[in-house]
Amino acid sequence: MNLLARLRLRGGVHPDGRKELSAEAPICALPLPERLYVSLQQHIGAPANPAVAVGDHVRKGQLIGTRVGMVSAPVHAPTSGRVIAIGDYAAPHPSGLPVPTITIESDGDDRWLDFETPADPMALAPEDIAARVDAAGIVGLGGAAFPSAVKLNLSRGSGVTTLIMNGGECEPFLTCDDRLMRDRAGEVVAGILLIQRAVGAPVVLVGIEDNKPEAIAAMRAAAAGTGVEVRAIPSMYPMGSEKQLIQALIGKEVPAGGRAADIGVLVHNVGTAFAVHQALSLGRPLVSRIVTVSGGAIGVPRNLEAPIGAPAEALFDYCGGFLDTPARLVMGGPMMGQELTDPRVPLIKGTSGLLALTHKEIGQPSPAPCIRCSTCVRACPIGLLPLEMAARIRAGDLAAAVDLGLKDCIACGSCSYACPAHIPLVHYFNYAKGDLAAKERAKLKQEATRKLADARNERMERIAREREEAARQRAARKAAQDAAKKAAAEAAKAGTQETETA
Amino acid sequence: MIAAIASLTALGLALGLGLGFAARKLKVEGNPLVAEIEALLPGSQCGQCGYPGCTGAAQALADGGAPVTLCPPGGRDLVIQLAAKLGVEADLSGVKDSVPSIAEVREELCIGCTRCYKVCPTDAILGSAKHIHSVFREACTACGKCVDACPTEAILMRPIPVTMQTWYWGKPALEAA
Amino acid sequence: MTVTEYLLLLISTALVNNVVLAKFLGLCPFMGVSRKMDSALGMGMATTFVLTLATAAGWMLEHWLLAPLGIQYLRILSFILVIAATVQFTEMVIRKVSPGLYQVLGIYLPLITTNCAVLGVALLNLQEDHVFLESLLYGFGSALGFTLVLLLFAGLRERLALASVPDAFTGAPIGFVTAGLLGLAFMGFAGLV
Repeated sequence: MNLLARLRLRGGVHPDGRKELSAEAPICALPLPERLYVSLQQHIGAPANPAVAVGDHVRKGQLIGTRVGMVSAPVHAPTSGRVIAIGDYAAPHPSGLPVPTITIESDGDDRWLDFETPADPMALAPEDIAARVDAAGIVGLGGAAFPSAVKLNLSRGSGVTTLIMNGGECEPFLTCDDRLMRDRAGEVVAGILLIQRAVGAPVVLVGIEDNKPEAIAAMRAAAAGTGVEVRAIPSMYPMGSEKQLIQALIGKEVPAGGRAADIGVLVHNVGTAFAVHQALSLGRPLVSRIVTVSGGAIGVPRNLEAPIGAPAEALFDYCGGFLDTPARLVMGGPMMGQELTDPRVPLIKGTSGLLALTHKEIGQPSPAPCIRCSTCVRACPIGLLPLEMAARIRAGDLAAAVDLGLKDCIACGSCSYACPAHIPLVHYFNYAKGDLAAKERAKLKQEATRKLADARNERMERIAREREEAARQRAARKAAQDAAKKAAAEAAKAGTQETETA
Repeated sequence: MIAAIASLTALGLALGLGLGFAARKLKVEGNPLVAEIEALLPGSQCGQCGYPGCTGAAQALADGGAPVTLCPPGGRDLVIQLAAKLGVEADLSGVKDSVPSIAEVREELCIGCTRCYKVCPTDAILGSAKHIHSVFREACTACGKCVDACPTEAILMRPIPVTMQTWYWGKPALEAA
Repeated sequence: MTVTEYLLLLISTALVNNVVLAKFLGLCPFMGVSRKMDSALGMGMATTFVLTLATAAGWMLEHWLLAPLGIQYLRILSFILVIAATVQFTEMVIRKVSPGLYQVLGIYLPLITTNCAVLGVALLNLQEDHVFLESLLYGFGSALGFTLVLLLFAGLRERLALASVPDAFTGAPIGFVTAGLLGLAFMGFAGLV
């Protein structure tokens, strides 16, 4: 089975897992920090709108940010307390740009709002499940943070036949999904069944990398008799990527430029399933998540259940602080995670890990010229030519890079990892994708403004035409009046003459 | 001598006649390139290039009478595209790598004279007499016409602020050769 | 003459005595229009048309006009006249058929007139004492060689644009170095026929 799955895949790399640092640490709760910084932009899509005012008292789970537009998610208070600020705060993003953030000062009670919960969540209609998932602000907890309800609603009508639960967790260091499946397998399976009901998929597969035998055993035990099939998949990076996982489990490839739904598959993270269970069985919105705090510079690597909005440094401090000055702080995994510019940035829904890496771990010698060894081509799980794409991007020819399949790059970082010359290949691709997106935006704007300019020109012409028309009419009217006056005067003259003659 | 003169004259005459006939047969109506170039230009008819609107500029470009660097709102990308279309070398040294910007009305200086919105080619300024004007971000092309028209220097060009949605990684520094 | 001989003539003109790399004629468009594959192909086709026509017309001029009247001293003058007319005609055709290519070829299109390969091949053709059909093939073969080299070189330069070339060599210098290497490679054809 495993051999077969391995044969189906191309590319991939085998970075040193380093999961042993935190894999044996059971999930424990982070002591409540004094202040929580809840970002209103925790998901892909439009930022939420604040629904509270400064000074308001909120209870845990209360709605504090409403969704805006189609692709968005609401935000809830992660603890009870007072709103002390609504404004810009540094975001956990490599840009370090500020985003609208609600700051809550905890009152220490951590009191939940009273929720009404359905007696039997499994009896809910699929639409209701999706609506509740939406109201609970659940987003993909694997890292991409795409609003889950949008995914559920899109899948319901489009004939999804297979629901795949992603327990791959292929990023080195991260163990949050592993621990979740080990410690809370029952809840995860209950959540999986709810998602299955919401999308009506007959087949449910859970894919777990074979380097997590305890998680596989726990999930198998919990899933016994439910129809959910737990499968071990080979450990390699990027097995936790949607496209790779689908290929390993059912042997189908997502077409270039397509989505998983095109081949009748929906993929959700196991963490999301847990959040769905919490939302439907207990009525609790997504206000906390499991985070792996690890890395060579961390005193005691742990898996923490932390409230959303907790500052990263609070988590680091709870895990024994830094053994020595970390060379780099990373949010997410070391392969695809984002560098943290500031240890004070808050946790968001998509944060799967907080890593403090040592110089040895990041090992970043300066890049050397490409010798066309094609190691990156062998590493690419999509089957692209990273060296060729990077060469074109460096020469400024982005269109040629797109022709080579840039848009299908999943930015997994396997090529950069494998490159013996340490060329920052994935950085080139991220830059190119960003630049292309900016160009696309500029083009849309240009088209829109062109229409505006045309409309204005037309209007100006029309006004000029109407003015001319009006002037002509006025002239005509004046001429007619003059003629009438003249005629009247002549008639009067004639009249006087007549009277004179009479 | 006579033979040489006569034969060369005859040759020249024959070729000249042939070419004249061909020129008539293969006459090109207008320049199809103009339409292609016009599609590349911003189309906001701002007139900063000195030609009456984008059609005029496209005509001048196609005739080779204008440099490819003529369009300030188009920026560096447009120069590169035009150079590729026209098959000329683009001199990018004079082109500012213009950051996308938009006009902004400084409210404390605006006297509500309506001059700016009368010149705006894309109707991006809203206002009426004796009221403070403001700019629609989505419609502004940063052509700068309003800046010239404003009597109180209340309009200035500001770079569009980078947000989380528009931020992206910069180009990596070149590796050591 | 047999078919084999015609074939050999074609090979010898296109490869062994390549106009650009063996005779060093027509270097101006070789460096000028070889930046992009598309324009190189367009230039190659235009030059093929002109070269073949000019060689044939040159043969006719020489054998039917200049030689009978004994005015061979007017050869270069009259050849240039014919070439210029052909180029003008080609220009008109390209402008009509493909305005984009016309724009891209730019000044290099009228410059085919002064392309030494065109006049050179027409003159060399007379030295070889060819009959008319051979002349046609001689012209066509040379043009084919020109197009081939132009395309090869354009392909190389497209790759060169992506390579990290030392600053001192970027642009034309590395182009010349590459052209030299390409010339060396073509020397391998010597003795083929």
